[in-house]
Order: sequence, then structure tokens, then C-alpha cells
Amino acid sequence: MDGDICATDTATTPPDSDPARKRRVHGMLKLYYGLNEEGKTVDQAESMNPCDINGTHFDPEVYLNKLRRECSLGELMDQESCMVKQIRSLDSDMQTLVYENYNKFISATDTIRKMKNDFKKMEDEMDCLSTNMAAITEFSAHISGTLQDQHAQITKLSGVHTLLRKLQFLFELPARLNKCLELQAYSQAVSSHRRARCVLQQYSHMPSFRGIQDDCHAIMDKLAQELRQKFRDGGSSAEDLSECVELLLQLDEPAEELCDKFLSHAQSRLEANLRGLEAETDILEFIDRGCNEFVSSLCLVIASYQELFVNRPQEGNLASKDIPHMAIGKLHAFVDALATCYFSLVERRIQEEKSVGDNSLLVRALDRFHRRLQAVAKLLPGSAVPSQGTEIVVRAARERIKQYLAALQSFYLDSLRDVRQALAAPRLATGKDAPASLPELLSSLSASILNQIKSVLASVHLFTAKDITFSNKPYFKGEFCSQGVRESLVVNFIKFVCQSSRQFCESAGDRGGSTPPALLLLLSRLCLDYETSTITYILTLTDEQFLVQHHSPVTAVAALCGEARGAAQKLLNHYVKVQGLIISQMLRKSVETRDWVNTIEPRNVRAVMKRVVEDTTSIDVQVGLLYEEGVRKAHSSDSSKRTFSVYSGSRQQTRYAPSYAPSAPMDTNLLSNIHKLFSERIDIFSPVEFNKVSVLTGIIKISLKTFLECVRLRTFGRYGLQQIQVDCNYLQMYLWRFVSDENLVHFLLDEIVGSTAHRCLDPAPMEQSVIEVICERG
Amino acid sequence: MEDDAPVIYGLEFQARALTSQTAESDAIRFLVGTQSLKFDNQIHIIDFDDENNIISKSVLQHQAGEIWHISASPADKAVLTTCYNKTSESRVVTCGAVWRMPPEWESGSHESPDDPHNSHNPQNLELLCHLDNSSHGNASCVLWEPMGDGKCVISLADNHALLWDLTESSTQATISSSATLEGKGQLKFTAGKWSPHHNCTQLATANDTAIRGWDLRTMSQIYCIENAHGQLVRDLDFNPNKQYYLASCGDDCKVKFWDVRNINEPVKNLEEHSHWVWSVRYNHSHDQLVLTGSSDSRVILSNMVSISSEPFGHLVDDDDLSDAEDNHQDEKTKEPLQDSIISTYEEHEDSVYAVEWSSADPWLFASLSYDGRLVINRVPRALKYHILL
Repeated sequence: MDGDICATDTATTPPDSDPARKRRVHGMLKLYYGLNEEGKTVDQAESMNPCDINGTHFDPEVYLNKLRRECSLGELMDQESCMVKQIRSLDSDMQTLVYENYNKFISATDTIRKMKNDFKKMEDEMDCLSTNMAAITEFSAHISGTLQDQHAQITKLSGVHTLLRKLQFLFELPARLNKCLELQAYSQAVSSHRRARCVLQQYSHMPSFRGIQDDCHAIMDKLAQELRQKFRDGGSSAEDLSECVELLLQLDEPAEELCDKFLSHAQSRLEANLRGLEAETDILEFIDRGCNEFVSSLCLVIASYQELFVNRPQEGNLASKDIPHMAIGKLHAFVDALATCYFSLVERRIQEEKSVGDNSLLVRALDRFHRRLQAVAKLLPGSAVPSQGTEIVVRAARERIKQYLAALQSFYLDSLRDVRQALAAPRLATGKDAPASLPELLSSLSASILNQIKSVLASVHLFTAKDITFSNKPYFKGEFCSQGVRESLVVNFIKFVCQSSRQFCESAGDRGGSTPPALLLLLSRLCLDYETSTITYILTLTDEQFLVQHHSPVTAVAALCGEARGAAQKLLNHYVKVQGLIISQMLRKSVETRDWVNTIEPRNVRAVMKRVVEDTTSIDVQVGLLYEEGVRKAHSSDSSKRTFSVYSGSRQQTRYAPSYAPSAPMDTNLLSNIHKLFSERIDIFSPVEFNKVSVLTGIIKISLKTFLECVRLRTFGRYGLQQIQVDCNYLQMYLWRFVSDENLVHFLLDEIVGSTAHRCLDPAPMEQSVIEVICERG
Repeated sequence: MEDDAPVIYGLEFQARALTSQTAESDAIRFLVGTQSLKFDNQIHIIDFDDENNIISKSVLQHQAGEIWHISASPADKAVLTTCYNKTSESRVVTCGAVWRMPPEWESGSHESPDDPHNSHNPQNLELLCHLDNSSHGNASCVLWEPMGDGKCVISLADNHALLWDLTESSTQATISSSATLEGKGQLKFTAGKWSPHHNCTQLATANDTAIRGWDLRTMSQIYCIENAHGQLVRDLDFNPNKQYYLASCGDDCKVKFWDVRNINEPVKNLEEHSHWVWSVRYNHSHDQLVLTGSSDSRVILSNMVSISSEPFGHLVDDDDLSDAEDNHQDEKTKEPLQDSIISTYEEHEDSVYAVEWSSADPWLFASLSYDGRLVINRVPRALKYHILL
């Protein structure tokens, strides 16, 4: 009703009326019906004001007084006209409402009257209906009473019918089974038989049923026979087979036997697969084929086997409890045996993979191999197969590392051979140009080795790539990186380099023999470079690439560097020794083969001395190409002009004349001894430092000491002594510049000349000025 | 325990030749031959008084020439041989001769070495005979038959090995047999050693880098170690207790030990010297003690126990042992014995060309450097007792 009024209200308000007014009307209606609490609050708020014309406490007197007091005449006039207008509109509103409600009331009265009439008619019809229902009930009772007997009969008859149908089924069973057998509808036969079996069993004491049972048994035996035959033939597909097995199991065939047969059948097929594998040559194809044929068949077999024997629902007496257990055991044995064959094939195949050129093929093959085995792992959770597979991969990786090490080693030796040839070849062709290429040879050798190491590392790195399934195995995360790559490959290679370098010092024999000295020098520099930077670089590179986690103890960089330094030192020492011996040999020959007593007065420096200086110079050049200059002691401004005061004439006299005095301990050769007392002992074949000066000092020491010892074994005439004087002066002129401490050369040359003087039958030394003239002329 | 300081004796001449007086088993006595081209050469007889650490010496004149090699008779204390240079008509020839020391030298020699008058009138050696080798070249050394009766010597001259019989109190020498080394170039024996084993029927010689063994009965070569050393071989010595063992040294700064039954590889290498090794000597009774002298002015005493005749220490005869000692012995044999350098002696200032063990005291040795300094040293006491006990 409220809605209606609202609708009316809106309908009747003039279209131009403002919403405020509309609301006010609305509010008043609500107020009227006492509906809205909102209205009440408004009411309360407004109620206080007696001047509110719309409020309930409106007091016309107060309002009028207020107006009269507050407004002018004009305003009062306006107020009055406005008031009149409002009163008029309210009147019309009220009229409209009254009219509307009156209409509705009339129509409602009509409707009630009409309803009263209709209800009367309905009452009559209901009476009629109830009488009819009573009649029906009566009839129905009557009918059911008559039909009762017949119903019992029918029930009995239908029971008999069912029994007869069953009996018929039983009697027809042999024929049906036979027919099924003919049609090879084995599953139907088995299910029919199963349905009848219990009944037959139950009534087997009656001859007729017994006959049927026997017949059925015979037929079923035959059927089982046929199934077994089919099973044995093995030509059929896996699905067929599983159906066979299913049926046989239902026929109470012993499950164990079936398992065996099933597996042996599968085995023959899988073995055929394996035989097929042996023909493959390419490793990737081999693995692919192995995966696609063997492993997938294996998975299929496992799956269907599990479907048949392991996961089958436990159907009462059919599946005894230990079937799954037994079946799983058999399956494991079977899979293990086959996997072993497969693995041995794979392993043999992988071992044939010797070429180290492209590792990615092998890694990819191994990855595939490993990935496919995961399927087996999923199917057969407890199986050792995947772990064995992983082991094969690990072994392959190990083997690979060994191969790479061997490849690196042979590469290194090949490079050395090349260097050797390069050292030998140009010498034959162009003489002295050869040493010029030493630094280039060194840098190219070192660069090519480094490149080779890098490429090997890159190849090996494939094993640990993220997309390779086995890379997250613990071996590849830990041991492979640290023990495998770092230790077995990189560290071993560096050790090999040092070792083989050392061998050049030993195997080449003491005469210097087969190893060219330049190679020794070059290798020594190589080892030294390794010590200073290359080893650290390589190992850092390795550690970065392989994120080596230092679980297991690894060779420290310092130890390797020490080894390299040792090798470098040994090589350089050997170089010094070899070069020293070459020069020594010349000097020795020159001293030993000459008749020093009957030699002629010296006119020239002997050719051999020039040769010594020449050789020393070329060694100096050679060493200078690879080693830094080194430190020398400051030398006097005119070293080459130094005179040998030791054997000057006057000195000679003082040395000998008074010395033939009373023989007493410790008073002989006093001057010489005192001289030695104050000079440091000289170690001839002593380790040298890694610089040019030290190397040259070593070589010159060896040569001059040899000279000294050879001189002491000979006897000289006057001119022999003078020749030695000339030679020594010449050496003095040229050799001082090579050594770290020129005093060393002075000392050794002094010793030589002094010893010669001792060994001289007629010690008449040559004038220093003459010596100098001869030397300068030479 | 403190070891005694070395005893040093200086000669006024340069010297290379040193030997112990082989036949003398009581006094510690060494003979040194000098090298001088201008003055008369001498043989210094150095007696060492072990108790008081005093050296006494006698000097005998050797006027024939400078001495390159000296060797004492194993049978007669007074007899010795030298190899000496003789210069005549501006030719230098090396000869060998057998000498006898004058009998009086001993009486007048026990004065203090400080006595200046003694050396003013030294006595001369008495020449017994020349080992005349004018047809065979320069003699490099003369070897007495070890433990023999002083009737046989071998001299090595250029490429010949000559076996001499000394008759009539060594006054006559006749060549009984000889062997010649044939080959390319000028071959020359540099050193040799008469083996004390096999009834003294073997000789080892060195020429250039090779070591050769000779059978003296047939004067034929029995083995040859080619390239035994990388450089010249300077000296040889036989192990006195192990008949097939031989030590050699040379210009490659190495000392090598050989089993002559297997000449492909040395049994052991020693590389301790920093220059040529000129002399190597086994101790006469304890062959693990090996002495080497080198032109790096050092003398090195090594304990080569692993290849000695007593690899497990000194074994006392079972008879001598009571049970307690027996146990003690067992313990001792278990100790691992390692080859080692016992000591490096640096008393010399010049090249050491000769080292020699005393024939009387097995714990004492002498070394001689070119500047004429003779140093007498002892095996460290600790080691001595270790070996003995």
C-alpha cells in the first residue's frame, strides 16, 4: 500500500516540483503512517520549532507574530500569496488521494463477493469426489483377494524358470566352451567357466553334474593348453600376451610359472634387441637405438608385468598373498640380468670412444642413456639399474678425463717436437737467425698449450652442463670437479709438464747430447712462467668453471708452483752445465792437444779463445731473449784494461825466491792462500738465478775452472806461458761484461795464469803492453 | 762428544801425490810427493801421533822430477814407486820407478817439525829400478799387487797396461805381460786399480769416459762400462769387502757405484760435489765409509751403508754373543740404515786431488790439495761408535 501511495504521490506531483518538496510529501506520508524512524528523528528535530510550518508543534499565532515582526509589508504580501498557493496545491493533492483510494476500495469489495460464490461450488464437487474414492477402494480390495493365489503360483514358476535357465547353461556349457574354443574366444570361455565352476563343484556328488564338470575340465584343460601354447609361441604382441596371462591366472595356473614364462619370453625379445645393438657404429645412434628399442621395450615389459602380476586386484582365492612379492623378486632378477648385459654392451661401446675431438656427442649420448634409465627407475623403484647406469656414466667421465690427460700430454710432446724442429731447421738454413725466434716459439708454445687446456676444459665442462641429467649427481657436483678435472686433469698435466721437462735434464745424458740447449732454456722459461702466472691462471680458470668445492684435499697452487720452479731451476742449471761443458770441451782440447813446451812465441790470440768469446756472446744473446738482464756489481771504468799484477815479473820473484825456506807447516804460498782466504769460495756447478747475468756467470765459471784444471796438468815452456797470458788477457777483455761480478773472472784468470806460471819451466812473463797490443790486434 | 779438530800440515810445494804407507800397520803414516819444476822435488813422510795430535815429518829428496803419482809397497815399508815427470831436451816424459827409502830416515826424523835444520840436508831416495817404458809412453800410475809380497806391479802408460815382475830385491824389473787398449784416436789410461779380490787377477782401468776390467792371467778385457761418466773418469776404487763392487768418480761431479756384473746401470749415484771429483776411496775395513776429494776444494765423507757389506750394521759372530747381547743385536738390525753424507770438510783452499785412508787406523784419513796443504781428519766419533757397537 505504501508503494502504491508513493507511486500516486509521484504521479500527482507536478513535473516541475523540486526534489525537496517531493521528499517532504513523501516524508509526511511516512509520518502519517508512523512508519519511519527516520521520520521520527526528523520530527524530533523539527518539533522544537513552533515556527516550522510543517512541524507538529506549529503554532500559527507564534508564526504569524514572528512574520509580522520580522517582515516588511511587501514580504508579508509575498508570504501570503505563497502560502495561498501552497494551500491550494495541498488541497488538490488531498482531493486526488481521496479519489484514488475510493476506487480501489470499490474494486476490492467486488472481488470478495465473487470469491464467496466460487467456494460454494467447490464444496459440492469435493463431496462427490470422496464418495467415488470409497467405491474404488472397495473394488480394489475385492480384486486383490481374488488374485492372491495366482500370484504365489507365478512367483514359484518364475523361480523354476530361472533355475532351469541356469541348468540349461550348465548343460550347454561344454558345448559353449567348445564353440568358444573353436572361435578362440578364450576370455568368454574362461568367464563362462568361472561362473559355473562353483556350482559344479558344489553339486559334483550328483552323477549328471559330475559328467558336466568332467567335460568342462577336459575342455578347460584343452583351453589352458592352447593358451599356454600361444603364450609359448611368443609371436603375439605384448597386449595379447598379457591377455593370455590374465586368462591363465584366472584358470588357477601357478603364477610363478607364468612369471617365468612371461619373463623368458620377454627376455628373448630383449636379447634380440641387444643383438641388434651390437651392429651400431655411431655412439649416438647406438645409444638412441639402445634407448628406443631396448630400454623402452624393457619399460613396456616391466609395466605390463607389473600390471599382470604385481598390481592386480587381490581377487579372493585367485591371487594368493605372496604373488606380488614373488613376482617383484623375479622381475628384479630379470631386469638386473638384462641390464647387466646392456650395460656391458654400452660400456664396451663407450670404451671404443677414444677420439677426443668432440666431447659433446659422447656427453649427449650419455645424457640420453642416463635419462632413459630414469624411466626404469620410476617403474621399478627399488632397482639398482639407474644407479648402475650412473656408475657407467661416472666411469665414462673418468675414462674421458684420462683420455684428455693423455691427449694433452701427447699434444704437449708434439708441440715440443715442433719447437725442436723449429730450433733445428733454421739453424741449418740460415745460420744465426735461429735464436731470434726463441721468444716467439716460447709464446706460441705457451699459448697453444693454454688454448689446448682451455678447449679441453670446455669439453669436459659439458659433463656438468645444466641441461644434462646426470650433472646434478653428487659425483659430478663434487668429486668430478675437484678430483677429476682439477686433480687428475689439470694438476696432473702441470705435473707432467714439469716432470717431462726434468727428464730432459736426465735422459739426455751428461754430454748435453740430444737436447738442444736452446730447448732447455726455452723450457726453463716456460716452467718459470708457469710458476709466476700460468698455473695460478689455469687453476683459477678451472675453479671458476667447475666451482670446485674443496671437500677433498686438493693440490695447493703453491705446491705446484714450487714444482714448476724446481723444474725451471733444474732446466736452467742443466742449460748452464751443457753450455759450460761445450765451451769447456773446446778449452780442454785446446790445452791438452798442444805441446806447450815447444810452442812458438805468441803472435796472436788463439782461435779457440775467439771461438769461446763468440760462443759466449751468442749464448748471451740467446739467454737475453728469454731472461732479464739481472743485477751485476758495479764494475770499474776500465775493466778490460786491467793488468794481471799477480804474475808481473817482480811479483813472481818475491813469490818463489824466499819460499824455499825451512819447511814448516802453513807458511807456503802464503800470498796465494791469503788471497783465497779473503775471497769467497766459488762453487762451480752451483744453481743459478733466473736472469741472464747469473746464467752467463755460471757458464763462464765452468769454462774457466776447466781451463784452470787442464792447465795444471800440463807443463809449459816460456812461450807457452806467454800464450796463456795473451789468451787470458783476451778473455778478460771480453768476458767481464757478461758476469755479475767481474772480480770472479779476474780471480779465475789470475788463478789460470798463476798456475801456468807454476807449471812453467822457464817463467818469463810477457810485458803487459805487448800482450795488449797482441790482443787488440786480434 | 767433541770431535778432534783437523790437523793441517803445509808443504812448500804444490802436490798431487798422496799415499798411506800400506805395509805399516802401527804408525799412522802418509807419503806425499811434491810437484815443482824449478826445485828438487821431495817426498814428505808424515807421521801422525794420534794420542797427542802432533804431526812429525821427514823429507826425502826425489831429484828425478816432479811426482804425479806415488804408491807404497804392501810388503816392504821402505819400498815405494813414483810416477814422475822428466824434462829433457824440451821434452816432458813421465816415467815410473821403484825406490827405497834410506834406512836412516827414521832415526833422524823424530825431531820436532819446527826444527829448521832438518830439511836443509835431506836424504835421497835410493833408486831400485826404473820401470822402463820408453817404448810405451807416459806412465800415469803404478799399482802394487794388493796384499802381495811386493814382487808384482802394474804400470799404466798411455794405452798400455804393463805387468812387471820385480826380482832380486826389486832391483830388476821385467815385463811379464802386457795389454794394449786399441781404438780410435789417442787412447790413454787415466787411472787404474788392482782388484784385491779373485786372487788379485783383475784390474780395472779408466780411459776417457769408460771403465774397463782386465783379467791379468790372459791380459784380456773382461768388461767395459762405456760412458760410465758423462765426462772423464778420474779415479776408481774397489770395495775391499764386496768383490764385484766398484766406485768411480769423474768430471761430471758424480761418484758412481757399480756392480760389475751389471754394467748397464750404476747401483748408486752420488752428486754432492760442485766440481770434478778427483779421488774416491773406500775405507779398508768399513766399506760403507767412502771418501771423495774434488776440485771444489771439498772432501766429503759419505756413509753408503745400503750398498756396503754391512747393510744392516755391523754383525758380530754368533759365537761371541751371550743371549742378552743376541736380543740387543736383533734390535739393532731392525734400525733402518740410510745412505747419508756424514761430513763435508772444507779445510782446503785449493783443488783436492788426493784423499787416502790411513792403513793403520781405519778411522783416520788424509787429504791433499794442490797448494800443498795436507789435512788429517777423523771419522766423527758418534758414527765410529755407531758402527762399532
